[in-house]
Amino acid sequence: MSDVLIRGAQLLGASEGDLGIRDGVFVPADDIHAGAKKTRVVDASGLVALPGLVDLHTHLRQPGMDHAETVLSGSRAAAAGGFTAVFAMANTQPVADSVGITDLVYRLGREAGYVDVRPIGAVTKGLAGEELAGIAGMANGRAAVRVFSDDGHCVSDSLVMRRALEYVSTFGGVIAQHAQDPQLTEGSQINEGALSSRLGLTGWPAVAEEAIIARDILLAEYTGARLHICHLSTRGSVQIVRDAKARGARVTAEVTPHHLLLTEDLTAGYDPLFKVNPPLRSDDDVLAVREGVADGTIDIVATDHAPHPSESKDCAFGEAAFGMLGLETALSVIQHSLVDSGLIDWSRVATILSSTPAQIGQLAGYDAPLQVGSPAHLTLVDPTASHTGEMRYTASSNNPYLGRSLPGRVMHTFYSGRATVIDGDVVEPDVVGGES
Amino acid sequence: MKHLLGCEGMSAEEALNLLDTAAEFSALAGRKVPKLPTLRGVSVANLFFEDSTRTRLSFESAAKKLSADVITFTGQGSSLSKGESLKDTAQTIEAMGTHIIVVRHSSSGAAWRLAHSGWLHSSVINAGDGTHEHPTQALLDAFTLRGRLHGDGAIGKDLSGVSVVIVGDIAHSRVARSNVHLLTTLGATVTLVAPKTLTPSEVEQWPVRHTTSFDEALAEHPQAVMMLRVQNERMKGSHFPSPREYIAHYGLSVQRFRKLPESTLIMHPGPINRGVEIFSIAADSPQSTILEQVTNGVWVRMAALYAVHGQEGS
Repeated sequence: MSDVLIRGAQLLGASEGDLGIRDGVFVPADDIHAGAKKTRVVDASGLVALPGLVDLHTHLRQPGMDHAETVLSGSRAAAAGGFTAVFAMANTQPVADSVGITDLVYRLGREAGYVDVRPIGAVTKGLAGEELAGIAGMANGRAAVRVFSDDGHCVSDSLVMRRALEYVSTFGGVIAQHAQDPQLTEGSQINEGALSSRLGLTGWPAVAEEAIIARDILLAEYTGARLHICHLSTRGSVQIVRDAKARGARVTAEVTPHHLLLTEDLTAGYDPLFKVNPPLRSDDDVLAVREGVADGTIDIVATDHAPHPSESKDCAFGEAAFGMLGLETALSVIQHSLVDSGLIDWSRVATILSSTPAQIGQLAGYDAPLQVGSPAHLTLVDPTASHTGEMRYTASSNNPYLGRSLPGRVMHTFYSGRATVIDGDVVEPDVVGGES
Repeated sequence: MKHLLGCEGMSAEEALNLLDTAAEFSALAGRKVPKLPTLRGVSVANLFFEDSTRTRLSFESAAKKLSADVITFTGQGSSLSKGESLKDTAQTIEAMGTHIIVVRHSSSGAAWRLAHSGWLHSSVINAGDGTHEHPTQALLDAFTLRGRLHGDGAIGKDLSGVSVVIVGDIAHSRVARSNVHLLTTLGATVTLVAPKTLTPSEVEQWPVRHTTSFDEALAEHPQAVMMLRVQNERMKGSHFPSPREYIAHYGLSVQRFRKLPESTLIMHPGPINRGVEIFSIAADSPQSTILEQVTNGVWVRMAALYAVHGQEGS
């Protein structure tokens, strides 16, 4: 592996400095000899240096739905977006509810070699919400699973949720809850309100999310377990989490890039590209989740990257699948909605998109970003660039951003010192050299 | 117009045009051969993904009276059960050479999708999409109201000053949505009557009045009362405790009917549930327009076919 010298980057968006990489870790820049044959020198003037990004909520679709995405295509999309680690959700086919599947996904990630693929284990068998999945087996497997989620489904039964919180905490894990009361959202298509009423689409009321979040926080406080809330989307949810944190509850929360930017009005033309779960909400909800990130109520941004084959979107709204892509555009959306709007600075971006998601997922190596001795997970982004939402690496096309002007572009990504993105292009698989 | 997808956003001028055209077509009723050559050579496909015998027959009849060629597709026992999509079915039918596609589908927005996704060249007429709109039903309701109130002098007239009460499952009714848009565009005052469980969310933002009390709404002597059908499963505890309780509060019962002036029109989009939302004494009374609505449906659908024909592919 060659030495790397990064010159003139704005470290975490602040002071200008150089970074040295040798043998996969950051070393003092002075230790690297710029003139040496085996040294790669990157001119990073004008680029912001961030730690490698960590996505706590990704759907890689493998095994079972390889036509929508594979671990390899999703890993490349992740690298293009500046990520060096992704947590892959359990709703594959078969479901990742046993060590065989989680270790398979882990191995596929190692073979691809672009990012650290950390499988998430299912909470319940088959995501059915009834019996606990093989949690200990998954925790003790090669993948050492620490995050468990039935995402796509809510663990709605209160007793199952209580037991799951208790059991997962036995292994030091965390439950990431998809908060959606199934009865209150029977047949739901878009946010419940004036628009759903006008369009004749069944509403997905905010209270269906908030009621589960409130219950789960109480259960977490009662059991002493840790709780993570996936893709929170309403003003009410933000307030419930804010109050819980003020009491000292062990709860963390995430928001998706799309809930930071897009609103329900986009569904007015019945285009299933904008059908997502939880649904796009109101302008006021978007303001509230942005404020929630700014004041620390919401801990992280996670993509909920959800690839679907075009057949699942090229149909009537009510028949379409829920979900949208997000890995390749996440940082741009965050820059637009949080950084350029003045709510947070780049060092906070590093926190909400790298160190905190790593901490929640118990992923080592992200606690001292860009520091000498840390693994060299690095993203160099050009904040002055702009684009129109194109995605080049995911295997799917359910991209809600296409044609929308967005700022920022990931120019280089290094995963454990190896370049996965050079000058804005993802390197070829033989260059990145995954495990065979 | 290229498509007829809904009454929302339709201008009063467009609506009056359709109603006036329908009025002209209604003159066919007295003729020995009630048929015009207007759409000779035009091919109309009825795509009924969700079956509705009366609407399908009404569209077929309208197309035939205009001499169009008609083919009809219904969901049951078709390629749909083999998993063919809305897009593929519509494109397959269009490939047989259609100019106008009339679509009924259980998914809200299906007609809009067919018209705006670049899948088809044909003009699209919405014959009911999910719980969204059913524009030709609202047009025939407006046509019926106008005819009863203005008689032979109806042409060119809107519904200014007319008050209409719509009762029943407003939340799940495409008929109610289309009527709210159309009747208010034409100047009528609309009052919606439903229990909270059947009232759409944020109804305050609709250009209507709403109340939970049928008797209060009737006390104001509206010119027309439109009763909506309530699906049986909604009356078995999910939205209402029992049919008996529904009838007591929201049925056009014998007592309520007897209190109404003879001038109050009684409307229903059909099919009616006798003894539930409407009792026979009201349904069969001279002030009932129920069968007239069915007849007028043909004129209005002729007007709709006429309005969109020749626009396909543009």
